[in-house]
Amino acid sequence: MAKRHVTTTVNGEPREFLCEVDQTLLDALRDELGLTGSKEGCGSGDCGACSVMLDGRLVCSCLALAVEAEGREVETIEGMADGDRLHPLQRTFLEEAALQCGICTPGFLVAAKALLDRDPDPSETEIRYWLAGNLCRCTGYDKIVRAVQKAAVEMRAEA
Amino acid sequence: MRSIQYEAPATVDEAVARLAEAGDKARPLAGGTDLIVQMRSRLISPEVIVDVKNIPELLQVSEEGGGFRVGAAVPGAVLGENEAVVAMWPGVVEAFELIGSTQIQGRASLGGNLCNGSPAADSTPAMIAAGVTCEIAGPNGRREAPVEDLVTAPGETSLGRGELVVSFFLPPRPARTGDAYLRFIPRTEMDIAVVGVGVCVTLDDGGTCTGARVGLGAVAPRPLLVPAAADALVGTRLDDGAMANLAAAASAACNPIDDKRGTKTYRIKVAGVLARRAAGIASERARSN
Repeated sequence: MAKRHVTTTVNGEPREFLCEVDQTLLDALRDELGLTGSKEGCGSGDCGACSVMLDGRLVCSCLALAVEAEGREVETIEGMADGDRLHPLQRTFLEEAALQCGICTPGFLVAAKALLDRDPDPSETEIRYWLAGNLCRCTGYDKIVRAVQKAAVEMRAEA
Repeated sequence: MRSIQYEAPATVDEAVARLAEAGDKARPLAGGTDLIVQMRSRLISPEVIVDVKNIPELLQVSEEGGGFRVGAAVPGAVLGENEAVVAMWPGVVEAFELIGSTQIQGRASLGGNLCNGSPAADSTPAMIAAGVTCEIAGPNGRREAPVEDLVTAPGETSLGRGELVVSFFLPPRPARTGDAYLRFIPRTEMDIAVVGVGVCVTLDDGGTCTGARVGLGAVAPRPLLVPAAADALVGTRLDDGAMANLAAAASAACNPIDDKRGTKTYRIKVAGVLARRAAGIASERARSN
């Protein structure tokens, strides 16, 4: 079976790649495009380490086929910082020590950004429910929630 | 190497033709949150994947005849943002939104949740309670079917070769009518229903119940419409006696499995409890409509 040619947009840039039909979007991002920020934790949509935005919706890239990206827009963790300038969430995750091993961090950042982009002032409960699909085995979540709250305050002040 | 074909047709007719041609070897792909998991765990090995997300009809939400037409591939995140649908059928939307995480909500669809055929699908009992029907396209044209007629056994549906659920019709809500869905899981998020109950009630001016529908999930090989549970409410003022009869009828309809998530005895008991609680929420909503 011939590989499929996919033309898509990743972090605002036109990109193309070849993939197998049953290859996931996560595998294509990592193996074909070299964007290894998105991680595979479970491969079954439970852990959120592979979170990306697909046409503006937060999704697990392990549960999308790479061929589905044809003509669509993908945003990954690699598009979050503005050059050397970290996104406020990336900075507050560091300041609040909201990571230890770091495998889950790209997924948490992409998911948290999706939340703050739609709701600049979420409650702690809303943050916890929104991030329920992102698993972290190191931090116990409290530091992550605090980092999101801190970033939200800073982003509202800047807006 | 095993060969898989992927097609993303732009029309229902093309999708149906491809599904009919390939038969059991083909699977429609909507959000992929069940299909891709099953492919990756090698539970299924489809040879043809027909992605239905390039067909506008499957992604539309529109008003129709006083109710709503919801495309079979519309994700939960999209339907949850539709204030008019949420206002009319909150039980259907809250059931849909209980499925999985925010990430899953970005992709998961009503059509996929139904046609995956799980007895524990959250949105199915809620759609049964609300009287939702599906529009099904097939090689011989289109037909309508009530949601409760779709799933026949775990993983099995009444869809024929080449048939595809294209949309759901959420009917116009009668006056003083409310719906609600409750499920039991051992945690607050990200789990599969141990028991799920959808209830819809209609009241008259004086508060007497004039119509009801009760849907049960995860307590039988397929999601159930339970007329006996509805009959326990109709003609009553939803007093304690009627609620107790509802609970007894809901429990009596159960034929559950024992598994690590809940024993048979426990599921039967909880079905009655949740039916009563869901009827309480549905009647509060009915009074405010």
